[in-house]
Amino acid sequence: MIRFIVRRLLQLIPTLFGLSLLLFIWLRRLPGGPETAILGERGTPEMRAAIRHNLGLDEPILIQYGRFIRRMIRLDLGTSIATKREVTTEFLQRFPGTVELTVTAMVIAVGIGIPLGYLAARRRGRLLDHLSVGGSLVGICIPVFFLAYILKAIFSENLGWFPSSGRQDPTIGATRITNFFVLDGLMTREWDAAADALWHLVLPGLALASIPLAIIVRITRASVLEVLNEDFVRTAEAKGLTENVVRRRHVLRNAMLPVATSIGLLTGGLLSGAVLTETVFAFSGIGAFLADSISQRDYPVLMGFIMIIAVVYVLVNLIVDLSYSLIDPRVRVR
Amino acid sequence: MTIISGKKREKIDRLAELAAREEERGVSLWQDAFRRLRRNPAAIVGAVILTIFVLVAIVGPFFVPYGPTDTMGIREGVVRVGQGLIPGHSAEHWLGYDHQGRDVFSRMIVGARQTLLVGVVATLIGLAVGVLIGGVAGAAAGLGGRLGRWVDTTLMRIIDMLLAMPGLLLAVSIAALLGPSLTTVMIAVGLVSVPVFARLLRGSMIGQSNSDYVLAATSLGVRKSKIALAHVLPNSIAPVIVQATLTLATAIIEAAALSYLGLGNPDSAVPEWGVMLADAQPWLGIRPALAIYPAVGIIITALGFTLLGEAMREALDPKLRK
Amino acid sequence: MALLEVDDLSVTFARRGQRAVRAVDGVSFSVDAGEVVGLVGESGCGKSVTSLAIMGLLPKQPGLRVGGRAVFDGTDLLQLDDRSRRDIRGRDIAMIFQDPLSSLNPVLPIGLQVTEVLTRHRGMKGDAAAKEAARLLDRVGIPDPKRRLKEYPHQLSGGMRQRALIAMAVACQPRLLIADEPTTALDVTIQAQILELLKDLVRDSGTALVMITHDLGVVAGMCDSINVLYGGRVVETARRRPLFREPRHPYTVGLLGSVPRLDAGRGERLNPIPGSVRDLLPWPDGCAFAPRCSRRVDACVGEPPQLVLAHDGRSYRCVNPAPVPAPREEEKR
Repeated sequence: MIRFIVRRLLQLIPTLFGLSLLLFIWLRRLPGGPETAILGERGTPEMRAAIRHNLGLDEPILIQYGRFIRRMIRLDLGTSIATKREVTTEFLQRFPGTVELTVTAMVIAVGIGIPLGYLAARRRGRLLDHLSVGGSLVGICIPVFFLAYILKAIFSENLGWFPSSGRQDPTIGATRITNFFVLDGLMTREWDAAADALWHLVLPGLALASIPLAIIVRITRASVLEVLNEDFVRTAEAKGLTENVVRRRHVLRNAMLPVATSIGLLTGGLLSGAVLTETVFAFSGIGAFLADSISQRDYPVLMGFIMIIAVVYVLVNLIVDLSYSLIDPRVRVR
Repeated sequence: MTIISGKKREKIDRLAELAAREEERGVSLWQDAFRRLRRNPAAIVGAVILTIFVLVAIVGPFFVPYGPTDTMGIREGVVRVGQGLIPGHSAEHWLGYDHQGRDVFSRMIVGARQTLLVGVVATLIGLAVGVLIGGVAGAAAGLGGRLGRWVDTTLMRIIDMLLAMPGLLLAVSIAALLGPSLTTVMIAVGLVSVPVFARLLRGSMIGQSNSDYVLAATSLGVRKSKIALAHVLPNSIAPVIVQATLTLATAIIEAAALSYLGLGNPDSAVPEWGVMLADAQPWLGIRPALAIYPAVGIIITALGFTLLGEAMREALDPKLRK
Repeated sequence: MALLEVDDLSVTFARRGQRAVRAVDGVSFSVDAGEVVGLVGESGCGKSVTSLAIMGLLPKQPGLRVGGRAVFDGTDLLQLDDRSRRDIRGRDIAMIFQDPLSSLNPVLPIGLQVTEVLTRHRGMKGDAAAKEAARLLDRVGIPDPKRRLKEYPHQLSGGMRQRALIAMAVACQPRLLIADEPTTALDVTIQAQILELLKDLVRDSGTALVMITHDLGVVAGMCDSINVLYGGRVVETARRRPLFREPRHPYTVGLLGSVPRLDAGRGERLNPIPGSVRDLLPWPDGCAFAPRCSRRVDACVGEPPQLVLAHDGRSYRCVNPAPVPAPREEEKR
């Protein structure tokens, strides 16, 4: 088990090296540079050169890369060109919002998707089945940002049930500890702050959940249908076990295996969707900041953020693999 | 010994023959899949949607009532955005005007062609690159040996790197490299789907190369490269084709997302549903229909591809064959 | 009175847009307490469907119709509601299946899969259940049962898995055990062990056994009476000895002719039955075996043949049965 984790983490290192090298070369090939973002179109060639020199951008690319790697080993990701703040600080300030949003979406998707997919399979060919299969097909086909707009228009602008933007009402004056607003509220016992942050998460969470929800419903349904036909379910029935035990212990548990795999794979897609949802709801996560960083050629921010996101993605999938081996004894973790 | 009249003997013989023949009549995978596809109502609905869409996309632009870039509404003073005036449907303009006074119906029709183009080209890009990488990796893994394993591992590491990057971020950085345009959107969306195609084909090929017929071909002395090209690849391609159909749907949706982020064609002269949807956002308060038309177009088209793709997946699934 | 009396059992699958398929058509047989009864036939002849119908385990699907009666100890199993059926299954009637690997839940330890029966029907929990489970595993010949309880199905060998399944089946000392091809998926040496085990268990506990198999060797070794099935119908019923000595139905003759015999003369050929069962092909109107039969006559087509009752309780469904061979010398004595 531990050897497995260590090996997977060691495998991460070459992946990160490769990814950073590709990114580094790629980003440097983008036309324009940070000096354009800082100076606009006005700057003289001398001013531009001076800025490039100050940032060390006039050196050969491999030397720049070497410097980046040396810093990265010390877990130092450098300073943002645009905001002049440490990349790590920027990240720690913004990433919690994205995590909150992603987790909310996953909780919604799993919490609704698994029961719904299960019920659809049990009532195969009936109305509920057709509705959930049809609904999940449409769910996959709706552009996330459009759904976000519709939700915002209906539930916040028309009905006024939910806030239309931001992560928390600033007039609450909540205390910040981890920048996970819900968590902060719970830790400081500022219950209204936690509730308000949760309230802000509902609409963007729903919009972001649409695609994973649709996929989880479909996978759960297909998987339950397959397990229901397995011989061991017939054995369980032949033992005279109650319907409840057959369902929970024999059907659901086995049907969860492919669902668990899909949750890991969906995480990457969620991060992409989060960028769009955050933009629609003016939700301060990494989404809008990253998009700005690209247009401003803020190399350190881009490199740092993407590296950390890649690590997070790999870690999430590692956790999924580990939990997989917990539910399926056949998967031996070596 | 047996006393059987001619007629009855015929009947019995026919039954016996039927029993024997049924067994030997092999139906090819694709024939069988097509037969089952025709009986699946979801596939029919998907196919009908797509046929209409493709027809509109190809023929429609020749029959539009107005030029898609003609800002007649502004010229005639009917559309006054400043005063919140964007007229809706009328006898002359079935779907009304957009914020620049252009005929929405004409733009939808012409936009269908662009949307189809974006989807198809993006998918073809993803397919071509993905099949190349996946095919080489799969063949290398199947050929085995130290070199084969090395090639396979290296290629898959690269694919893992691509996977570790959120798709949209990848697309955004490609867009930044190439500047916003429709071509950018096509390349970006296409490249995002590369890892899926590559992994799928490789996995499928490795599965095939472990099968008995490959063993049989190997023992007959067929060259390994020939087995990979002539047997394994064609037999592994079915899931990739299914995936391509499904990718057509996601490509259209992702293209819309990129347009929304401002990476699509900055010049909205050539209408495309994603661009139209993105352009309509500021006017949601005045005339939400401007966003709803292209959105519904995108959703229905994507639905068509998804229905057909899922039905194909079901039809080609060997587990469901009997 | 018979422990289980199956009377005119029929199972029909009707799929939408397709012709209804009669998988089991008027099957009748009976099992006395402590008796071993064989249901024999090629795959696709309706043996498994018969047993699943009796157990109420046929997958629920629209178009499935089960007719007739299956009276167990005075109650018709086919008329019971789901709840009472679950009470009987595993406690009074137990079943073991063909493929031991797929018949065990891959993600649960063997122990839990044994104790869940004990908990359900005997109200045993915790240590008591674990102890009893270990005793059961020991009884079916699994060495080191305490350790095995914690293991998962994939860690056991094929024979061990089938033994574990048998342990689950006999956990409540059922009065009837249905074994559906219990040895087909196993190696020959293991097959013999499993059959011995079943024989032992049945003899010790007085459990009646319905043995479903395509293998006449299995039947010859253990069954008291045998029902031969073809095309969803019982085509011949007899005690073991008469059946092997003087089979009347041409299908039974054919089955016996397909088995290699040690005492056959050298160079004597096997006599396989031509053709094969078409499982979902609609059975012909008359005798289902007619297309493959060497003794077919005009009367075989059209009406299904009536059951012919012969002496000592044997019966067959054939209009042109095989002749009774002249009694052999040693039996005259």
